[in-house]
Amino acid sequence: MIVPDRIVRTTCPYCGVGCQMHLKVKDEYIYAVEAPFDAAPNYGMLCVKGRFGTDYVKHPGRVKTPLIRTNRHEGRSAPPVWREATWDEALDLVADELVRVVREYGGDAVASYASAKATNEDNYVFQKFIRALMGTNNIDHCARLCHAGSVTGLQLSIGSSAMSNSIAEMENLEAFIVTGSNTTETHPVISNFLKRAVRQNGAKLVVIDPRRIDMTNFATLWLRQNPGTDVAVFQAMAHTIVKEELYDPDFIAERTEGFNDYLESLESFTPEWAESVSGVPAESIREAARIYAGANRAAIYWGMGVSQSTHGTDNTLSLVNLALMCGHVGKAGTGLNPLRGQNNVQGCSDSGGLPNVYTAYQRVDDPDVRDLFQTTWGVDLSPTPGLTATEMCDACYTEEIRAMFVLGENPMMSEPNQNHARAALEKLQFLVCQDIFINETGAMADVILPATSFAEKDGTFTNTDRRVQRCRAAVPPVGNSRPDWDILSDLGRRVEARLGIKMSAGFDYGHPEEIWEEMRRVTPDFWGIDYARIEREGGVHWPCPSFDHPGTPFLFAEEFPRGRGKFWEVAYGTESEQPDAEYPYNLSTGRVLYHWSGSTMTGRSRLEDVYPEAVCEISPFDAEALGLVTGDWVNVSSRRGTITLRVLVTGRSPQGTVFVPFHFAEAAANLLTLDRIDDRAKIPDYKNTAIKIEKTTAPEGLDEGYDEHLFDRGAIKDPVQIH
Amino acid sequence: MTNMVTLTIDGLPAIVPAGTTILNAAASIGIEIPVVCYHPHLTANGLCRVCSVDIGRRLQAAACVTTVAEGMVVNTQTKDVVTARRTILEMLNSTIDLSEAPHLQDLLLEYDADTERFDGMERRESPVHDDNPFYLRDYNKCINCWRCVQVCAEDAQYTFALSFDGRGFHTLIGTFEGDGMMDTTCVFCGQCVGVCPTNALKPKRQFLLEQGVDPDDIFRQTRRGGKRRREPVAEN
Repeated sequence: MIVPDRIVRTTCPYCGVGCQMHLKVKDEYIYAVEAPFDAAPNYGMLCVKGRFGTDYVKHPGRVKTPLIRTNRHEGRSAPPVWREATWDEALDLVADELVRVVREYGGDAVASYASAKATNEDNYVFQKFIRALMGTNNIDHCARLCHAGSVTGLQLSIGSSAMSNSIAEMENLEAFIVTGSNTTETHPVISNFLKRAVRQNGAKLVVIDPRRIDMTNFATLWLRQNPGTDVAVFQAMAHTIVKEELYDPDFIAERTEGFNDYLESLESFTPEWAESVSGVPAESIREAARIYAGANRAAIYWGMGVSQSTHGTDNTLSLVNLALMCGHVGKAGTGLNPLRGQNNVQGCSDSGGLPNVYTAYQRVDDPDVRDLFQTTWGVDLSPTPGLTATEMCDACYTEEIRAMFVLGENPMMSEPNQNHARAALEKLQFLVCQDIFINETGAMADVILPATSFAEKDGTFTNTDRRVQRCRAAVPPVGNSRPDWDILSDLGRRVEARLGIKMSAGFDYGHPEEIWEEMRRVTPDFWGIDYARIEREGGVHWPCPSFDHPGTPFLFAEEFPRGRGKFWEVAYGTESEQPDAEYPYNLSTGRVLYHWSGSTMTGRSRLEDVYPEAVCEISPFDAEALGLVTGDWVNVSSRRGTITLRVLVTGRSPQGTVFVPFHFAEAAANLLTLDRIDDRAKIPDYKNTAIKIEKTTAPEGLDEGYDEHLFDRGAIKDPVQIH
Repeated sequence: MTNMVTLTIDGLPAIVPAGTTILNAAASIGIEIPVVCYHPHLTANGLCRVCSVDIGRRLQAAACVTTVAEGMVVNTQTKDVVTARRTILEMLNSTIDLSEAPHLQDLLLEYDADTERFDGMERRESPVHDDNPFYLRDYNKCINCWRCVQVCAEDAQYTFALSFDGRGFHTLIGTFEGDGMMDTTCVFCGQCVGVCPTNALKPKRQFLLEQGVDPDDIFRQTRRGGKRRREPVAEN
């Protein structure tokens, strides 16, 4: 029996739940992961990714030393030929090139992706580097591609976009709605608390989702709306609440504005009309409205299904309207809760990884705020909000952007309409990727800077319920890799020297704690959180304005950041690509339990063994019409591209809609998706793409043993059948 | 207002809310009662009886599930109680491989158990199940504490992949029709591994490391050998 050399407490690197875990280390190898039972938010629970999927840390493919591309003349899409370089050589090259682009084309010709996987400290240094030294606000990250619709909607209506209530409150729910979130697969530990609320406390769950996800097995009521008709269902629920006078007049009078105008706009949104649009029986919509409005405390949880849409903002606004009219916000066990997808997607936004705000959403176009940052950093800063991630791609294509810095992200998997994204990135003069592996974007880069993984660095992550927690180094860095903040600080000093500026706050950090302290000083919401306190308490929910403040598990008890919550009238319409005669099916993309994001990490762990390739989930009706059985190979095509993969026939998919996970490069769902975006949120429509399906034969060169065992290996099977 | 109950534990007074278990009542005044199957974050079942205490009745009571009563007199260290615990430990030791259960090893020492007392008794044996990439199930080490079944069910995951199999002495943890884990509803969250007190459930990486496999080779032993998809895997 192994006795560990040490057990290191840290935060899980996968989804936004922020599970606390113990890494058990022997001879610098993490051989097991456990969870402490006495620690929020997970209280001893983990999912398969956290408990068994962190072995990518020691994957042989880790980048161990800086790499410089030697076949640049062949174009970015040619298979890269790398030569190993020293840190000095690589960082000097990056500094030279970035400074050249800034001098020749101006700072706004540089664009950057911050990372929802890196720590708050990494992202703070990164946005400081981009803003202070490149002189641009062109910084964004993947939150644009997941929750921009939620963020924009929440900002418009209440003025704050974080999850309003904490994970700990879930067990005491009385009623709740889960919509557009396959919670058991995307936030497994949160789903356990939600299931517990249903099974042990008798909470009533309403699931509103086109797919028969696992949560439907725990639901009192499941509304299976046609894809893209969310607004119709939510508005008809509001209509019912008004007609049956189930709303909370005191809350509406004291805390909100615009209710009367909104009331008038609701008149036409009858449940019968919604039934004709969404396919959900009118009586079910009424029942859902009664369950939600009738409870003393009710919460709404949603995921990508709500936000990733050309009407993602409208979806969110109509959910906010429901919560405001029922007064289900500002109390424990209520709230508006967008479930964040990545371990530090909340923190990356909080740390200023967005084009329009510095830390904690302090606006770049607010002169007072800018003054504070100019004084702290000792340089002039651009007052113009930068480009969003979805706009950067187009700007690369039109050559407004000449250089790009990608920190631990993979736009070549995550951007919609991949062929366009590839053409855009090919035009860049300089592309540098800082990551732990060479992913699909890294393969196009000029320079790869090897960063350390979560298990090799210190820092903080902020989880989905705004809890700031520690990430701690458990093993030494692989090869010559260095923590992100350290690489960026070094690079910052080199760029400073070239630009001939010496900043007052500089890039002379010795430990992430120094970075946190600087960030804390410029961010009133973080004033009460420091490393010593996180050490003592395990984690602190921001906002936390002073050391004697307990932190804020649920928001808006007294008022909303914008003062009163505003009802927004929502029109029903869709800009989504609709199925037609040529492309008769609808494609929805999403995640599966065993993989995460572009599978840069999970695809290099033993998780790969149980879910090794993309499958296309198709309903039994459609399969029969197309003559398909589970395991058949198909070409799935949209107007933008074709992918080849196998089908899984399952009642989980509604008729007319197929589901393809976006994790798999060799069948990249985003070759098919459309880069049409929500006007306000700039989020792409990942859940609606018109496609056609054609039976085909297996691609050449498949590994045979792998081929045979795909569907008898458990994880890829019809979940509806098993239950 | 909660009703408070007064009782005596090992001669000391304790005042605790009604509904408290004897185990927690004792802990509240600093008296530790040994436990094996009990886990503070899971539903208690009183299966192993190592927490047995004397409450003045003919039968000893399992402290983890018995709630306090007004005027109750509890003795946690009588001769009979200690004998009962020692016998339970000796019987466990004679039928089950406790070599990787440090807590049980400590208790065997503490209760001065005669590890050879039941020598020759039938041992409960079972093949080691190595049927998935994440964890192994070695029920030779299983004491049937029920924790894994409970976290798989209503104590955590609501997946219901594990249950009991067989009867009496031959009761083992099992799956529906003895299916391998890949063919059950298991989602490999490993909550069961996290609560196993005897290392009967063990992460595969830990198992391979214990077998002396080099960490780099542990990767090569995955089905894909650490290779990306749709690349042929070389035979080795």
